[in-house]
Amino acid sequence: METTAPTAPTLNYLNNGYGLKSWLLTKDHKRIALLYLWSITAFFFLGGFFALMIRIELLTPASDFVQPDTYNKLFTMHGVVMVFFFLIPSIPAVLGNFLVPIMVGAKDLAFPRINLLSWYIYVLGGLFTIVAAVTGGVDTGWTFYAPYSTSASNSHVILAGVGIFITGFSSILTGLNFIVTVHRMRAPGLTWFRLPLFVWAMYATSLIMILGTPVIAITVLLVAVERGLHLGIFDPALGGDPILFQHLFWFYSHPAVYIMILPAMGVVSELVQTFSRKNIFGYSFVAFSSLAIAVIGFLVWGHHLFVSGQSTYAGLMFSLISFFVAIPSAVKVFNWTATLYKGSISWDSPMLYAFGFIGLFTIGGLTGLFLATLGMDIHLHDTYFIIAHFHYVMVGGAIMGYLGGLHYWWPKITGRMYPEGWAKFAALNIFVGFNLTFFPQFIVGYLGMPRRYAMYAPEFQIYNVLSTAGATILGAGYLIPMIYFTWSLKGAAIAGDNPWGARGLEWEIPSPPPTENFPASPIVTENTHQYAPSREVGIV
Amino acid sequence: MSDAPPRYHPPPVAIHPEGHAPTPHHPWLQHHFDSMEQQAEASTLGMWVFLVTEIMFFGGLFMAYLVYRHQSPMGFQEASHHLNIYWGAANTAILIVSSLTMALAVRAAQTSQPAKVQVRWLLATIFFGLCFLGIKAIEYTDKFRDHIVPGAHFQWEGLYPKPAEQFYSLYFAMTGLHALHMIIGIGIMAVIAFLASRKTFDSDYYTPVEVAGLYWHFVDIVWIYLFPLLYLIGRHYTPGGH
Repeated sequence: METTAPTAPTLNYLNNGYGLKSWLLTKDHKRIALLYLWSITAFFFLGGFFALMIRIELLTPASDFVQPDTYNKLFTMHGVVMVFFFLIPSIPAVLGNFLVPIMVGAKDLAFPRINLLSWYIYVLGGLFTIVAAVTGGVDTGWTFYAPYSTSASNSHVILAGVGIFITGFSSILTGLNFIVTVHRMRAPGLTWFRLPLFVWAMYATSLIMILGTPVIAITVLLVAVERGLHLGIFDPALGGDPILFQHLFWFYSHPAVYIMILPAMGVVSELVQTFSRKNIFGYSFVAFSSLAIAVIGFLVWGHHLFVSGQSTYAGLMFSLISFFVAIPSAVKVFNWTATLYKGSISWDSPMLYAFGFIGLFTIGGLTGLFLATLGMDIHLHDTYFIIAHFHYVMVGGAIMGYLGGLHYWWPKITGRMYPEGWAKFAALNIFVGFNLTFFPQFIVGYLGMPRRYAMYAPEFQIYNVLSTAGATILGAGYLIPMIYFTWSLKGAAIAGDNPWGARGLEWEIPSPPPTENFPASPIVTENTHQYAPSREVGIV
Repeated sequence: MSDAPPRYHPPPVAIHPEGHAPTPHHPWLQHHFDSMEQQAEASTLGMWVFLVTEIMFFGGLFMAYLVYRHQSPMGFQEASHHLNIYWGAANTAILIVSSLTMALAVRAAQTSQPAKVQVRWLLATIFFGLCFLGIKAIEYTDKFRDHIVPGAHFQWEGLYPKPAEQFYSLYFAMTGLHALHMIIGIGIMAVIAFLASRKTFDSDYYTPVEVAGLYWHFVDIVWIYLFPLLYLIGRHYTPGGH
């Protein structure tokens, strides 16, 4: 079909100004997305470094590579960096920032200056956390449980807590911006049910961000205040209640899991449609399942407190509601699978990540049901089983979705393709490395190996050796895209407007897009993701 | 990609060829909005969403208050007797009046009244805000003088020293956070008053005044809850009795 080689537009958002100031003071959502991309990539590799140290230590049962105290700091910093500085901002702040305005046919997010502010807040929070890490680290675990965090620990809890507090406002502002943009900035004719499913997912994510994040903010602030001023909020020695901390912490931190996974689900919805050339099966079900996950996700935090002395009846309710989350999650998985049925499937690298996501998320989600079962949880609580479970959801789910989305929209973001062969190789590498790292942890956790110890019983060594070997492969798998993406900026082929032959407003503007996105506000007259002939035409 | 078979390219999404004609440009219309209405709607919705996050932010503290009040109702009752109900009531009245002056400022901008009228109401709002903070400072000073600030120097004569310390932990956390919001609000009002003095606002463009007003009213409402929770509940019981 293409007779001429695709060309890049002469004026686009990337060559519209080159100086440092044109980036640091930009109000363009696309440039802010790239600022986020660079900073979260740095944090990803920092968190990965901590993971590497953990895996080296766990190669042998003895504590021989680092001291147990150092080990405590390593897993804490790994969790803090990966959760608050990589996973939560990853898809929303990078892909969401870049795509939401374009997908709704707008020139920018509703509040461009607040968008830039959110990046600066993120960086400031990150600096606090890095200072905490460099000056001696934190050893409380990423959960900051009281009273250890409020009185016993002598590490830099306040610094890290303030870092998390500050960064929380960056995700609040991002969520606020997305909600207002989706409500008020949609192009004429772009009704809610013509929106891409990625936008629905970002909307649901934003709801969790604005409702949950303030609660973690006040909670870590109270921990810091309690440490600094000895107010008696959580420490029983001062009359406080440590269980209240757990309630407040998980009220945010459980929904936060859905902040991480919902955007990835949105990405997979896009990928499955594009690479099977079909409209999504049951559009409105997939759209509403995002909202259902966001709402139900707020009612399940008590399943983290099954062994904390919570009332059994509360435990029963939390267990039951946790099971309910499986319903909208399963709706998504079944609908993606049904979309593939009789589709014209192409095995491009983004689709490999989508397939990886569907399989790994299914395992991660189903093992979540084991943990939501009251009796089972007594056995599995605080073991490697739960580590494996949430890494299947967060690494196997969220990061797979992030990488799939990054590959899929890379041509749009940079105007260049990437080496497909290397991309397939990296995807396979990541899939194999990931499973080798975390599947043994299900087994060793079931056998009773507890989390958060530098030492373990010798009979668990084989599983840990497998895990460390897998982590090495996984780490290499993450480095490969880093290299070829950087190379692609100069060396790879020009992508053209729509290299995948995909539908959606973002594929109808040049790659990379001009600063204004659209020459004039578009008027949309049909579903933006119409692959099949319209219903009105009738069944052929 | 060169040896890849040609992909099927579906026809593009139907977009109206002419695009959406932008309306005539107001000087305060930002480039990414199509109209002043869209800009005003976005700004007010943005503030409402922000206020939702504020409710959740204060919500954590209210939750802690509920839990500890439930755990030691008598101790909380006893502790609340050391709050000065007259200062509290005066502050409540002051904030309600400041909400009135705020509403009048919004109204003045909305109805294109002269800049000095708008500025007058905004300065009145700032004045009442400062009165509130002044009274709060007097109250805090009293607490320091009476050694009922939680920490190493906390002293309590009554029957329930631990719950009392907890009550004052919450008192300082909640009213302190509220006072911080008041200070930020006064700063915002100063900026809005400055803009108003430059004849910025009229019936075509008054969103900043309206949005700042929403924030101000919210901070008032938080106090409307704090006052009964901290000062009034259990007031009619005799200390230490039943």
